[in-house]
Amino acid sequence: MIDETTASATWDDLVSAALLGTERRTPLVTGRADRSAAGALLDAAAVSTVRRRAALRPAPARERPVPAPSDPRPPLPPAARRRLGLLLADRNGTSGGHRRGTAPDLTELLPQWLTAATEYGYRAPEALLPALLDAARARTDLRAAALGFAGPRALWLARLNDEWKFALRGVGSTAALPGPDDPEAVRALWEEGLFAERVSLLASLRRRDPAAGRALLAGTWSTERAEDRLMFLDSLREGLTVADEPFLEQALSDRSRNVRGTAAELLSALPGTALAGRMADRARACVELVRIEDGASTFADAGHTSGKAGEDAWTLVVEAPHECDAAMQRDGVVLRPPTGRGRRAWWLSQLLEAAPLDCWSRWLGGREPAAIVALPVADGWRTELHDAWCRAAVRQRDVIWTRALLGAPGAAQPGTGTYGTGPAAPQTVGPAANPATTTATTATGSTTGTASASGASASGAAPDNPAGSSRDLARLLTVLPEDERARWVADFIAAHGLSDAFRMLGVCAVPWSEPLGRAVVDALDIARDAGSYPWSFSGVMGLAERCLDPAAADRLDMLTATPDEPADGSPGAVGYWSEAFQRLVGTLRLRATMRAELAP
Amino acid sequence: MNPQGERWTSDHVLALAPDAPSRKAGSRLATPGSWPETGTRGSAVWGLCKGSGSKPYQTVVDTAGPAFKCSCPSRKFPCKHALGLLLMWAGEEGAVGEGEPPAWVTEWLGARQQRAEKNAARADNGRAGDGGSGGPSSAANQDAARRRAALRVLRIAAGATELEQRLEDLLRSGLASADRTGYGTWDETAARMVDSQAPGLAARVRELGSAAASGPDWPSRLLAECSLIHLLDQAFLGVERLPHALAATVRTRVGLTTDAADVLAGADTTSVRDRWLVLAQQDAEEGMLTSRRIWLRGERTGRMALHLSFGGRDRPLDLSLPRGLALDADLAYYPGASPLRVVLGTRHADPAPVSGPPPGGGTDAALAAYGHALRDDPWLDAWPVVLTDVVPIPGRDGEPWQLADADGESALPVDPRCTERAGLWGLAAISGGEPVTVFGECGHRGFVPLTTWDPEPVAL
Repeated sequence: MIDETTASATWDDLVSAALLGTERRTPLVTGRADRSAAGALLDAAAVSTVRRRAALRPAPARERPVPAPSDPRPPLPPAARRRLGLLLADRNGTSGGHRRGTAPDLTELLPQWLTAATEYGYRAPEALLPALLDAARARTDLRAAALGFAGPRALWLARLNDEWKFALRGVGSTAALPGPDDPEAVRALWEEGLFAERVSLLASLRRRDPAAGRALLAGTWSTERAEDRLMFLDSLREGLTVADEPFLEQALSDRSRNVRGTAAELLSALPGTALAGRMADRARACVELVRIEDGASTFADAGHTSGKAGEDAWTLVVEAPHECDAAMQRDGVVLRPPTGRGRRAWWLSQLLEAAPLDCWSRWLGGREPAAIVALPVADGWRTELHDAWCRAAVRQRDVIWTRALLGAPGAAQPGTGTYGTGPAAPQTVGPAANPATTTATTATGSTTGTASASGASASGAAPDNPAGSSRDLARLLTVLPEDERARWVADFIAAHGLSDAFRMLGVCAVPWSEPLGRAVVDALDIARDAGSYPWSFSGVMGLAERCLDPAAADRLDMLTATPDEPADGSPGAVGYWSEAFQRLVGTLRLRATMRAELAP
Repeated sequence: MNPQGERWTSDHVLALAPDAPSRKAGSRLATPGSWPETGTRGSAVWGLCKGSGSKPYQTVVDTAGPAFKCSCPSRKFPCKHALGLLLMWAGEEGAVGEGEPPAWVTEWLGARQQRAEKNAARADNGRAGDGGSGGPSSAANQDAARRRAALRVLRIAAGATELEQRLEDLLRSGLASADRTGYGTWDETAARMVDSQAPGLAARVRELGSAAASGPDWPSRLLAECSLIHLLDQAFLGVERLPHALAATVRTRVGLTTDAADVLAGADTTSVRDRWLVLAQQDAEEGMLTSRRIWLRGERTGRMALHLSFGGRDRPLDLSLPRGLALDADLAYYPGASPLRVVLGTRHADPAPVSGPPPGGGTDAALAAYGHALRDDPWLDAWPVVLTDVVPIPGRDGEPWQLADADGESALPVDPRCTERAGLWGLAAISGGEPVTVFGECGHRGFVPLTTWDPEPVAL
C-alpha cells in the first residue's frame, strides 16, 4: 500500500517538508500515481514514524545515584505503617472551613505518632519518605521529629531533590560528623564545610568535648560573619557552663549588637559570672528595703490590714536607673525601650532580669523568696519588679523563686499580672510615673479575683502606664518539675476555669497527669452545663484530644450523650457539645489504637 | 464473613480505594459513631451512614464481587462510605454484627443475582451458536442491527475521507501555520468525527491540538500523529482487504467497539486461563466518565492483559482488583492484531495475595516488546512490561528521569509527563540507589512507571 522508496528520506527532511507545506516546495517524496504530494508525504511520515518507534534503543544511562546508606532499624508493623500513610495523606486535605464533626483531626496526631515511633526505634517505610519530607518542609514544628524518624535514607533522597534541601540544613544526623578523636577532620570540616555542617559539628563536638568545641569556635571567631557569629553563639546555649564565661565575656565587646546581647543573656543565665556580679551591683542600687514607721505614709493603711505582723511595715522602694551608661550597654542592656515603655523602667527591668536571684535573700535580710515576693512595693513598681523576677527565674531556671512568684494557683490571675501571695498584699500596678494616679488605684486588696482584675484594668487605663504586665505564666511554669507543673495547672483550672488555661496546658507533659486531665474534663463539663458553645473552648478541646491520657476515654463516654436542652442554654449547644465530646473520645481511642499498633 | 469464612484485612480494603483522598475519607468514617445501623449476612455488608443531609446514605457491599452500592452522590468508586463500612467490618471481629438485611439490601442483592444469571445464560447461548434460540422476531432485530452497523461503517468512511482531505490540506499549506491556529480547528474537526460516529478518530484529532502546543520539537510530534491518523484513515477505507486480526484492530481504533458479551461468546475469541497477577490498577477521569485500567500478567503464560472499564454517574465501576492479588480465571481477549484488552470470564477461585514482584526483563527487552507489538498494531503508544533490576535516576535540570539497567549502560527515559508525579520520588526512595522491579508502560514517549515492589506492591 505504501511505496518503500518514499521512506528513504530522513525524518528531519520529512518534518521540514511538512513545516513548509508541499505547495511551496518540490515534493521530497513521490508516492503512487494516485497520491497527491501531501498524501505521499503523509505515507512516508507514517512509515518513518512506525519504523522509528519500533527501533527505539535504550539511552545511555546517566550517573547513577550513590546507594543510600543502610538503615538497620526494624520496619514498622503493618498496621502502624498503614496508619502513618493515613496521617500523612490527611496533611494536605483537611476540609478547611467545615465544622469539625465527630471525626478525629489526624494532622494533629502526627507529631505524637512520630515521637512514639522514634522511641520504638522503627525505620520509616521507604515509600512514605517523600510524604514525610514534604510534611517536614511544610511544618517546622515537625521537622526534627520527622527527619529523625525518616533517617539516613531521607537525607540521601533530599540530596537528589532541591525541594528538600532544607533537610540538609542543621538537624541532620551527627553520625557522619568527625569527633574529638579526629582533630584533622574536625578542622577540615570546620574550615571548609557548609554552614549547616559547621553548626552540627560545633554542637556535636561540644556535647562530647566542650572545651574543644569552644576552642574551635574561638579560632575562627573574628573572621566569621556577624549573622554566623550569632548562630554559633546561640548554639552554645546547650550545655552552657562557667567555663564558657571568658569566651562570652569577650563576645560582649563584639562589633554586632545582636551578638553582644546574646552573649550578655547567656552570661546572666550563669550565676556567679562577672557579668552577673556587675548586674547584681546595679540591681542592688535600685531596690531598697525600707521600714516605714510613719503612719502618714501613703502605704501604711494597706500595709496594716495584713495579718502578718512584722512584715507589713517593711516596704521595697524602687529607684530606677537614671541613665544607661556604656558599661551597662556593654553588658547587654538595650538603650532604647520598645514603643510605649518608659526608658528608666525599661533599663530597670533589664537589670533585674539579669541579676542573680539568690542575691536578693542576702540583701533583704535573709528572707525566703516567698517572703520577698510578699513584700509591699512602693510607688506602683510591684508589677515591674515581679515581672522582671519572673523572667529572671525562667532564665536562671530557679525553681524556688518560680514557686514563690507563681504563688498558690487558686489566687493567681493570669493576664492581669496581679496575684495575692498574702490576702491583703497592696496592689499597685505599673511604675509610678504619676504618683497621683498610683495613689488612686493603690487601695485595692486582692481578696477576690474580680477585685484585683478590676484594679488592673483601672490602672491599665491610667496615663503613662504601659501594658499592665508582660508576665508569661506559661513560660514560668516550665521551670517547675513536670508533676508539680501539672498539679499547679490543675488547681488553677479548678479555681479559674479554662479561659486562660490554654497556654499553661500547652507546657504540661503529655499525656496529662490524672489530676490535670480530670480538672480539664470537669471544667469542660461545667462549661457545657453553663450553656456556652463548645467552640469557645475549641483550643482546649484540641489540646485535650492530643494530650489527655487515652485511658480517660471510658470515663468520658457518658459525656457524649445528647441530654435535653436546658432552658437557659445556647440553642443547639448540647448537640455540639455531644459532638465535641464524641470527637474527644474518638481521638483518645484512636491514640490508644495508634500506640497499640506501634507495639512490636 | 465472606463465603470463604474470613474477613478481609484493612490493607485489602484500603487497596480498593480509587485514590488517596478516598482512603483518608473512608478511614475517617470507619468509626461506629458515623454508622447508626450496620449489619452483615453472608457475603453482604451494609450500613446507614450519617451524611450532611437528613436522610442517611444506604451503603451495601457484596464482598463476593466485590460490588458496591451507595445512595451518596459520589462518583468515586467505591465511595468513602463503602470503604469506611468495610474498614470497620475488617478492623475488628464483631464490629459489624450479623443481622437481618433490610429491604433495600435484599433488593440490590436480588437484582445482582438476576443480572448474573442472565449474563450466564447469555454466555451459554452465545457458545451454543448465534441465534440458535432466536425466533422470527429476533431475526428481524438482527437484520435491523446489521443495517444500522452497515450505515455506521458508511458514516465513518465518509468521516475518514473528510479527515484525509483536511490532513492533506494541512500538509499542503504546511505545519508552520498549525501552531497558530490553536485548538479551535482541531476541536471542530474532532466534532465532525464525533458526528461521523468515529470516536476513535475524534480522540486522535483532539490530541493533535496538544501535539501542536507541546513545546520544542512540536512539528515532529505533530507530523508523527498526523501520519498515524492518515494511516488509520487509509486502513479503514481499505479494511476489507486487511487480514482479519488487523482489520479488528483498525475497527477498534476507529471507535467501533465490541460488546464484552460478544467477546466472551465470540467463536474465534482467544480465552486464556491462568493465574493472573494484578500488576496495577489506575483510575482516570475522562470527561463524564471514570475509566479504570487493571493490568494483569499470566503466571504460566507470561501474557499481559488489560481490563478496561468505565463508570459514570448511574453506572458504577464494577470491578476492583488491588495490586498484588492473583486471580485464577479465564480472560477473553478482544479481537485484534496485538491483543491486550480482555473481558473477565469465569473465575475459578477467589483472588489470593501473591508476595514479591513478577519476573521481567531489562530495558532492551522492554523496548523489544514494544517494537514487537508495534509490528502488529502500528498505532500503539505503549506496551505493558515488567522491568527487573533497574535503578531509578532522578531527573535534574529539565532532564527526564531514567530507569537504568543495574548491569550495563542502558536506560529508559521516564515519560516526561510523569516528572511531576509524586510517585517517582517514592520509587527513588524505595530503590535507595539499588535495583528494583518496576511495572509500567513502555512507549515511544518513554516509560510510565505504575508499580514497584518493596516487596509488597506499591502504586507509583
